[in-house]
Amino acid sequence: MEPNADSPAQDRRAFLTKASAVVIGGSLVVAPVVAGLCVVLDPLRRKSEAGASVLVATLNSLPEDGEPRKFSVLATRVDAWNRTPNVPIGAVYLQRLKDNKVRALNVVCPHAGCFVDYRSANNNDFGPCHNSSFALDGKVQDPKSPSPRGLDELPVEIRNGSEVWVTFQNFRAGVHEKIPV
Amino acid sequence: MKSALDWLDQRTGYKRLVHETLYENVPGGARWRYVWGSTLAFCFVIQVITGCFLWLAYSPSSQTAWESVYFIQHEMWGGWFLRGLHHYTAHAMTVLLVLHLMQVIIDGAYKAPREFNFWSGIILLLLVLALSLTGYLLPWDQKGFWATRVATNIAAITPFIGPELQKIIVGGSDYGHHTLTRFFALHAGIIPGLIIAFIVGHVYLFRKHGLTPKEPRRRPDAAFWPDQVLRDAVACLAVLAVVLFLVFRYHGAELGAPADPSEQFSAARPEWYFLFLFELLKYFPGGTEVWGAIVLPGLLMVVLTAMPFIANWKLGHRFNLIYLWSMLVGVGVLTALAVKADRNDPEYARAVLMAKRDADRVVELARSPDGIPVTGAVTLLRNDPFTQGPKIFAKNCASCHRYDGHDGLGGQPKDKPSAADLKGFASREWLAGLLDPAKVDSVHYFGATKFKEGKMVKYVQDDVAAFNAEDKQALQKAIAALSAEARLKAQRDLDKRDEGLITEGTKALIGSRMGCMECHKFHDDGEENAPDLTGYGSREWLVAFISNPAHERFYGDRNDRMPAYLEEKSLTAQEISLVADWLRGEWYVPERR
Repeated sequence: MEPNADSPAQDRRAFLTKASAVVIGGSLVVAPVVAGLCVVLDPLRRKSEAGASVLVATLNSLPEDGEPRKFSVLATRVDAWNRTPNVPIGAVYLQRLKDNKVRALNVVCPHAGCFVDYRSANNNDFGPCHNSSFALDGKVQDPKSPSPRGLDELPVEIRNGSEVWVTFQNFRAGVHEKIPV
Repeated sequence: MKSALDWLDQRTGYKRLVHETLYENVPGGARWRYVWGSTLAFCFVIQVITGCFLWLAYSPSSQTAWESVYFIQHEMWGGWFLRGLHHYTAHAMTVLLVLHLMQVIIDGAYKAPREFNFWSGIILLLLVLALSLTGYLLPWDQKGFWATRVATNIAAITPFIGPELQKIIVGGSDYGHHTLTRFFALHAGIIPGLIIAFIVGHVYLFRKHGLTPKEPRRRPDAAFWPDQVLRDAVACLAVLAVVLFLVFRYHGAELGAPADPSEQFSAARPEWYFLFLFELLKYFPGGTEVWGAIVLPGLLMVVLTAMPFIANWKLGHRFNLIYLWSMLVGVGVLTALAVKADRNDPEYARAVLMAKRDADRVVELARSPDGIPVTGAVTLLRNDPFTQGPKIFAKNCASCHRYDGHDGLGGQPKDKPSAADLKGFASREWLAGLLDPAKVDSVHYFGATKFKEGKMVKYVQDDVAAFNAEDKQALQKAIAALSAEARLKAQRDLDKRDEGLITEGTKALIGSRMGCMECHKFHDDGEENAPDLTGYGSREWLVAFISNPAHERFYGDRNDRMPAYLEEKSLTAQEISLVADWLRGEWYVPERR
């Protein structure tokens, strides 16, 4: 049986009842959802601790003809509740240039994050996944290359004459700009 | 019995429910083309059952995910079979989803008033694909890890919210524990929950509007039970048979080497049904990726969703059919292109081979008496001479040296060999070659070094070449004695057997007839004008040599081009140990059971 809603007072009462039911019923789920969302969104406030300078290699281990060599970058890896010192957090290609300068390129392809493979036969770097191709200096080689920018160059410092220190950093993939992550 | 059932029926009304379920009208009678929905429901049930059991043994964290999956796969009773069922049923489900979609569109079952049924089906399709995507990461092997990196990087190019979205999915700015906990919660909880909700709605709507008969109707209407039920059951059996065939054929699902962010993995590919998307990305030049990865697939899905409306137009159904077939052909061509590109790529073939080598090796190590350390299986591979030795050799040694003619990994470096081939270094065979007048100045030994004109080569070519039969015999013994210094694992039995011969050989080695001691030192005898032969080729000797070959004990200032790897910090002490152990054939080998 429908309640009799003839009089305006009864009408108003019925509306208030319905509105209260909806508001109270709906607000019951707010607490668990908000609590859950806070935890889910927590990663947004975390920043990566990268950016510290790391000793990666020595000049002697780099061929003088400038052929790139891949080196692991050892540093403290933070994985949620674990801190592990001295483990690989990434890798770089190092190339010896003139005047004992060194170029460091992050091995991660700026297209979609694959590992870039150095292929000596072609004398260039080569993204293994989606046919990106990079010159030895990291620049995009093919205008149709899927990669929006060249390989990410990292700051290098030579200390004590022969130690190669690299400031390691990963960058956002798929965009033209070099934005650290 | 009957009264008991009546009692139950009065309280639950189950009879009506059973009747409604079984006696649903099938217009035009049972047909094989109606089975797809049931096969999908069947697959989903298999996935829920196998998934729950896998859940009982799975542990989502970056130190335990691979390890727990390894344990399921290789140690637990029937674990490989359970995992295989789950894996190949997922594949079957993707194929069946496409078949179901085709049947629905071809038969016009998507038209009004069944729009919501069609849309809930599309949502189910996407949810199942999301299950595949999340499930691919859970074993935390190289393949899943690198493929997921690509997938989540694609999420990052979503306009406006991309980077934040990626962070929320990944659970931070790097991949780790929270990536796994999130993917696992999605894979085992949230997505299956949504799927169940949508299946309920999908089936409810299907029952509400009834089956869309394929015209012309061949037979009179019939009930769902038993004819259609039988056909559905047979179809499910066929699906199960195919899945079982695949499980046995490939001995369950593959498990790669544990994820390692610093370890090259050029064999990263998504699961085969995503290959078309993978291929599609190759055609979008830098910065336009968003069109290939998000906009284009999005538009295609929008048209698919709009099909019930398009069908209102006179030629609409025909358009929808053409659209369906062109999508299928497009996906097929892209997949074929991706497969073809990989087939013709020797680098990819090599990467797959390397991946297989690591995957097999880590299982051997995990099954060794030491087992897996708490730091995870990735450390097993990082500390394994058999795995790391050839990689270190290829990177640091192979620009001059070779190992059995290659760079240690089977490749060929750019430059020709310019130092000795170190396969079997310090073994009797290797030393016999070194002391062979015909071989000593070959590229295999000193031929491409400055020692080609040195005293040793001259000695072998002049003195050894003039040896008489008795001298030659003594030389063989001396070689055995010198080789025994290395204590090579491969010669352990030989050295033990030839103890007497080695004692004689030692005498010959320090004897004046051979003349070795005129330059070399051997324990208490000889001169220090050439590399020390005491402990020649032993672990300690080799590590010291690689650390600094220009040390007085070895070549001194006569050293050719070889760098002092430790002194110059080109290699760490651990890396030198790994490459030395590898050259000496010293690594864990499982005993045959």
